[in-house]
Amino acid sequence: MAIFKEFSKQKRDRSVADRQRHKELVKDKIKKGISDVIANESIIGQSKDKKIKVPIRGLKEYRFVYGSNKGKGVAQGTGKEQKGQVIQDQSAPQKGKGKGEAGEDAGEDIYETEISLEEAVELMFEDLELPDMDQKKYFQSETEVLRKLVGYQKKGIRARLSKRKTMMNRIKRMKAKGVDSAALKNSDETFPFHNDDLVYRRLQVDVEEHSNAVILCLMDTSGSMDQTKKYLARSFYFMLYTFLQSRYENTEIVFIAHHTEAKEVTEDEFFHKGESGGTKISSAYIKALDIIEDRFNPALWNIYAFHCSDGDNFASDNKAAIEAAEKLTQVCNLFGYGEIKPDMGYSWSTMLDEFKKIQEENFVSLRMRSKESVWPALKKFLNKDRSNTMMD
Amino acid sequence: MDWSLDDLARWNDKIEEIAQECGLDYYPQEFEVCDYHDMIGYQSYVGMPSRYPHWSFGKSFEKQNTLYKMGAQGLAYEMVINSDPCLAYLMIDNPLSMQILVMAHVYGHNDFFKNNINFSHTKPEFVLENFKLHADRIRSYIETPSIGYKGVERILDAAHAISFHVDRNQRIVRLSEEEQKSHYYGALNKDRSYWDELKKEETEEEFIPSLSEDLILFLIENSRFLEDWEKDILNIVREETLYFLPQMETKIMNEGWASFWHYTILHKLKLPPSMHVDFIRSHNQVIRPHVGGLNPYHIGFNIMAHLAGKKDMFEYEINPQIFEVRAVDRDVSFLRRFLTRELMEELGLFEYQRNHGKISVSNISDDMKGWKEVRDTLIAQTGTGSIPIIKVKGIAPINNTLQLVHEFDGRELELSYVHKTMQHIGTLWSDFPVKLETNIEGNKVICCYQKGEFTVETDSEF
Repeated sequence: MAIFKEFSKQKRDRSVADRQRHKELVKDKIKKGISDVIANESIIGQSKDKKIKVPIRGLKEYRFVYGSNKGKGVAQGTGKEQKGQVIQDQSAPQKGKGKGEAGEDAGEDIYETEISLEEAVELMFEDLELPDMDQKKYFQSETEVLRKLVGYQKKGIRARLSKRKTMMNRIKRMKAKGVDSAALKNSDETFPFHNDDLVYRRLQVDVEEHSNAVILCLMDTSGSMDQTKKYLARSFYFMLYTFLQSRYENTEIVFIAHHTEAKEVTEDEFFHKGESGGTKISSAYIKALDIIEDRFNPALWNIYAFHCSDGDNFASDNKAAIEAAEKLTQVCNLFGYGEIKPDMGYSWSTMLDEFKKIQEENFVSLRMRSKESVWPALKKFLNKDRSNTMMD
Repeated sequence: MDWSLDDLARWNDKIEEIAQECGLDYYPQEFEVCDYHDMIGYQSYVGMPSRYPHWSFGKSFEKQNTLYKMGAQGLAYEMVINSDPCLAYLMIDNPLSMQILVMAHVYGHNDFFKNNINFSHTKPEFVLENFKLHADRIRSYIETPSIGYKGVERILDAAHAISFHVDRNQRIVRLSEEEQKSHYYGALNKDRSYWDELKKEETEEEFIPSLSEDLILFLIENSRFLEDWEKDILNIVREETLYFLPQMETKIMNEGWASFWHYTILHKLKLPPSMHVDFIRSHNQVIRPHVGGLNPYHIGFNIMAHLAGKKDMFEYEINPQIFEVRAVDRDVSFLRRFLTRELMEELGLFEYQRNHGKISVSNISDDMKGWKEVRDTLIAQTGTGSIPIIKVKGIAPINNTLQLVHEFDGRELELSYVHKTMQHIGTLWSDFPVKLETNIEGNKVICCYQKGEFTVETDSEF
């Protein structure tokens, strides 16, 4: 005598929490993958709508397993197999993979997903924001937010249905008709809602006030900044620029290119033009200070300055550069200096050592070696919890 | 739905009557009717009504669900839990003929769970409660503010990575090092025959303790920095593995046994002709060979049926020997003892050799010399044979290095997986170095992992 348990119509979905967690982990993976893809040259200067492909690897549960490249196994066949017969041959189109990577394709489900650059940036920058943003008193920049309840109306979208008011209307109508609600409960009759009962909330566009922010992008375009270095600097700024555009609506961005002289340039010139010559870092800082004095009063603006250079400065200029940098840190919420040193060898001209003299809290200096380090560098700059450390 | 619960109960009684007549000895049976969503749900938690939370179960659900929706894979048409009373699930969408087949099949599994020696340590009367308790305990750790979900997940991830590295055969008692020593000394230089005088006398120093393959237990006992709750999680994962291992080790036998019984019982049931045709079709669907793969139902059924003996075109004798086999064997011994050359030929088994994407037939069953190779390769990949054996060599006194050895049998480890797995072991070994000896391309190598650094060196000295 077995016991039978009837099918229960009650929906149970016990794995929902574990599925949720799995999805989160996959999303994390996509995030990580994106910074690698973003580091790719081809996206610099592209429009926001460009679609990029992000490979996603399924989450693997690692164990000790046997490799699949070599070895033997047993399978069932039709009984007509001959010794030496080749059943499958994928050896030809196989990509030449190194030993370390061997078997990455073993039973692995890599699939690609296409997302727009904007979405990608969104994912990447989810946890970042401009640090130490102060509420400046005047000249707030404005962002539109739909928020304020200003009254009720008869027509509207479902999401703004005011249940309370609607319910009250129904009760009023019921009383007016003399229907007894207590009697209604015990009878089969119903007293349905009428279209006239429905009331919607009327909302008004509200203006949310944001603090003003200006970003100064300073880039070294001297002769010593070769192709790789320029590329690194540009991808850094490109990421920064995309981030600001996607996150802050009313943010001013100023581009300054410098060699021995500094000048303000347009976005296009900044990202696409090269120059040459020696390097005087102080010139850029002084130019930045001038611009700040002219147009962006520190009392009203949140000011962020980022400077990328290879640190190959005229030694005679170092003193002036540090003085100017110190002034700059005083007026800025954050001043970041990224030194680009792609070659792993010993570099004998660096500003990093010089900049160690600057004790200000809001000065961050770090080193970028490769395109993989651009993203961590940016994260470091925009991280709220900063400590004055260098990185490789 | 062409049936009601009463129909099922009626057919069940007939099935039970025949099963008992034939000598099946099973736990009380419980059936639960569920739909495909529930079924996939149960499947992702290996059938258990309650299990601790972990993302891998969510992943499993997604995978099964996608495969099912794409039509790439049908559903498991039955699921039986090794518990007392035995719990089984019936899919609500199946027609009556299928339900009857599944019920008969379930009694086969039920009998197997109760009588096969490999299941004797699994405590089926407590298993559902035990899994529930495990889940409750892990949830309580998650709710502990100082641990939290991430803390538990970190340990569970690591524990899952080595979950199969326990003593695989619970019937073989592992002796402690002291016991091994006393056995060794006891036998030392005893009963020396005349010719042994020529041999060198054995000394005490030659004693080498046999290494343990229970990596999880070793970590629980020897990791100096694991917290009690972390050890408890390891223990939970270990206990659940020990519960599931016998099912992995008897997959072919168990499915063969259950398929043999559903076939036999349904023939004795005298089904109406229309249902009988359905039944034959479903039966053939279940035990058909998977060309290019291995169908445990097919292999198990054929060996079992062969042992039972053929009566006529449709029915089998029931040789009492099969009851003995189902009690004492596990897949490896079952195949070694009863898979003959003739059967292998009938099953179309062949051995293949992989070489970087190129797969070629290396041995066939229709070969006087080669068939044994085919059989031995099959045995090596059966059950836990497909999981590398990792043994614990000990702890190096300097810098507390955990030393592991891979028992190399010709099959090489996948290095990218070794790296990540050792990372997990590193988590459980409190970031002290972990070393693993193995063979790669004919060379003895040592894989080292410490704090994110993974290196592979050729062996000079360990």
